Amino acid sequence: MTRQKRSHHKLKRAVAPYLYLSPSLLIIGLLMLLPMVTVIAYSFQNSAVLRRDPSFAGLKHYQAIFDDPVFWASLWHTLYFTCMSVIFHMTIGMAFALMLNSDRINPTLRNILRVLYILPWLFTAVIIAVIWRLLLEPNGVVNSILMQIGIIGSKVEWFSSPQTALHAVTFANIWAGYPLFMVSLLAGLQGIPKDFYEAADIDGAKAYQKLIFITIPQLMPIIISISLLDFIWTMQVFPLIWITTGGGPIYSTEVLSTYTYKLAFSSYNLSQASASAVVILLISLGLTLFYIRYQKAR
Amino acid sequence: MRKRNSGKDKLITVALHVALAAGLFFAAFPIYWMLSSSFKSNTEIFALPPTILPKAFTLEAYAAILGDPVKVRFFFNSYFVAGAVTVLTVLIALLAAYGFSRFNFRGKGSLNTIIISTQTIPPITLLIPFFGLVVSYGIFDTYVALILTYLVFTLPYAILLMTGYLNTLPRDLDEAVAVDGGSSWTALWRVIVPISLPGIVATSVYTFLLCWNEFLFALTLTKSTSMRTVPIGIQLLMGQHAFEWNQMMAMSVLGSLPLLLIYLVAQRYFLAGMTAGSVK
Repeated sequence: MTRQKRSHHKLKRAVAPYLYLSPSLLIIGLLMLLPMVTVIAYSFQNSAVLRRDPSFAGLKHYQAIFDDPVFWASLWHTLYFTCMSVIFHMTIGMAFALMLNSDRINPTLRNILRVLYILPWLFTAVIIAVIWRLLLEPNGVVNSILMQIGIIGSKVEWFSSPQTALHAVTFANIWAGYPLFMVSLLAGLQGIPKDFYEAADIDGAKAYQKLIFITIPQLMPIIISISLLDFIWTMQVFPLIWITTGGGPIYSTEVLSTYTYKLAFSSYNLSQASASAVVILLISLGLTLFYIRYQKAR
Repeated sequence: MRKRNSGKDKLITVALHVALAAGLFFAAFPIYWMLSSSFKSNTEIFALPPTILPKAFTLEAYAAILGDPVKVRFFFNSYFVAGAVTVLTVLIALLAAYGFSRFNFRGKGSLNTIIISTQTIPPITLLIPFFGLVVSYGIFDTYVALILTYLVFTLPYAILLMTGYLNTLPRDLDEAVAVDGGSSWTALWRVIVPISLPGIVATSVYTFLLCWNEFLFALTLTKSTSMRTVPIGIQLLMGQHAFEWNQMMAMSVLGSLPLLLIYLVAQRYFLAGMTAGSVK
């Protein structure tokens, strides 16, 4: 190779990665990073989107949101919904993973159950919402079973009574989301070296001691990273709540995403909705930074 | 090996199986109920006491869905949009992943961090600026609007998934092409793509599912009934009639078929796609 040819080749090697990445960068830049800047700009404008020459609004829209009791209620509901979901996703996922991993069950049964336990994962949020609406109808099967065994005395309107609605949507979301933990923890369990347990057996460790001193510490990295991701994603849940309760009755299941959506597309107050969207973005971003730091530290 | 003779040990095994059965009921009953309700008449769904198996098995709900061109259109739209996005995502992600996996360049680390963090951007945050953009470019209520917006959400994780896969392939393969004087472009198509099929399948499955499930953008960026996708169709069905539950369940079953089929046929790829970046 001549020197000229070689330097030409080098130049090609240096430019090539940017060429390969350019379509992706263009899409992510134009359709993700730019809109993020836009939504922040909207939140400081009066009549954003609706008017061509919106005037500067300062922090007015943020002020309006922070003065709105419904916003604070939504924040609280989001927190409750998210924390309960993550805790129970983890607990149920862990319980199922440990049970499936036990050597007390027959391998065929284990394989069948593994497929069946994953089932809730295979359904779209909208379909999950519709299924739970049918199950929890006042005249539906859940009420009829609960009344038969005497847990409730009369029909409960799970989704349309302010006392139960938030618990009911949280329950449906718990049902829908545990398989992520189960699958990840099951994979994690299979990665724990067998000799750890053999050594513990020699020392005469009990089953619960092995769980606390070997299994859980070994699974900790998975538990933390999946919990963080689950938290971030659950915080953003929209369709499940939109279809089951629509945020009602009387705001009792209003979460940040439904609150923002209504501001934007029911009240057409896109500026204020943008301010609310920015608040959600900041919360997510904070958690994401935490997640990335954790991943890098590992 | 543990000794298995005591009565206590047997008791634990029995307790475990009871717990497994309870878990099965929790996981599968709601889905069973959807399936069985889709084969019932609308009056039987609320019969007291509830009938576990359809007493009068009927396909009328399915016939009502499949016989209605409006509803069939929902399915076409969902398949079309998800299919188009999948093809585009896989192509674009493959190129980016190749760049990440086979080259060292300035800004690689920070680009990677940006791509990881975009995965967690709340959809509702992007919805308002997208709505503004889509309206001002005159693509409101079109396939283009849906395809472009879905692409933004599928791409980051597809890139990570593909990069992870390409990193597992030995570099000597494409270096052999370079020694023969071939360009990196030739190496990509001649060598990498043919052996990347598992990675491509996993990425496609993930992308397809994400699009198939999408609700918020389909709800906001389309308006006419002929542009709606299956999730929106189910919601519309709910508002329309005085609750045709059997039809709603039949549509839910039909709307779940692609996911169930993919899961059964390609379980390994499905799990690969779902675990590190869940669809929801």
